[in-house]
Amino acid sequence: MSNRLINWFKFASPATFYPLAGKMIPLFWVLAALFGGVGLWLSFFVAPTDATQGEGYRIIFIHVPTSWMSMFIYMVMAAWAAMGLSLNARLSSMMAQALAPTGALMAFLSLWTGAFWGKPMWGTWWVWDARLTSELILFFLYLGFMALQASIDDPRRADKAGAIVALVGVVNVPIIYFSVKWWNTLHQGASVSINKSPSMAMTMLWGMLLMALCLWMYSIAMALTRVRAIILERESHTDWVKQLSEVKP
Amino acid sequence: MIWNSASDFFAMGGYGLYVWGSFGVCAVAFLVEPLLIAKRHKDIVRTLRRQVVAEKLEMENK
Repeated sequence: MSNRLINWFKFASPATFYPLAGKMIPLFWVLAALFGGVGLWLSFFVAPTDATQGEGYRIIFIHVPTSWMSMFIYMVMAAWAAMGLSLNARLSSMMAQALAPTGALMAFLSLWTGAFWGKPMWGTWWVWDARLTSELILFFLYLGFMALQASIDDPRRADKAGAIVALVGVVNVPIIYFSVKWWNTLHQGASVSINKSPSMAMTMLWGMLLMALCLWMYSIAMALTRVRAIILERESHTDWVKQLSEVKP
Repeated sequence: MIWNSASDFFAMGGYGLYVWGSFGVCAVAFLVEPLLIAKRHKDIVRTLRRQVVAEKLEMENK
């Protein structure tokens, strides 16, 4: 039993995690390609035309997954940041740092695809609606987290300051999620929820879920790739980094 | 089959601009992000290599 515990803690060391992450990245790329391939095929060739929105509704297959990921990545980022803060584990803080740009990208794409969906269906690119505004705030929270971390020279202090911002910002995620219930919004309600059967065709649902899985795998691949660069940047003074075969002359 | 032809597919029932504007920008983003990270990785490895060489030279000159 105790042996198992030690094995898990071993991966909290950047020196052990760096090669492990390198080995895992191709796996997540393959999974992303697989889910993405099937997801796109379902989205464009199997899912039927929508009765009211015609073919324009197909934006849902990218809009909903990017929106889900923007919220989900924020939660994961905040969890890593909290772990870095409470356990003083630097790899956890590096993970939070590695997730932020991908999360910000997802939030941006959620807003972008939302605008491209809003224009033909609502007649406007943007409206100060509760759902849209809270998602915009999420985007700014990501940017704020990244800017704050970049502005503090001492990495451990930057981790701590960033973690506080990330944790305070968590309150925004349920606000985004429930905004369509709490306020009268132009944005439609949840497409998929736990306590009622989804209000769409099965093929549409599967297309959306597979696209979400694809983005999920993509995000993991990105976070692992980025955390490897961050590890090298922040551990550049250590011997193990200088012993790496890619660094050795 | 939903689509009668390729142009039918690209027209997206009149919503082409919006559908391809959404998917296109996402595709570009998902291509550019890995490239940016690869560049970041390459940059730090180059810096580290220089450091190692510099340290070695310093040792030899002592």
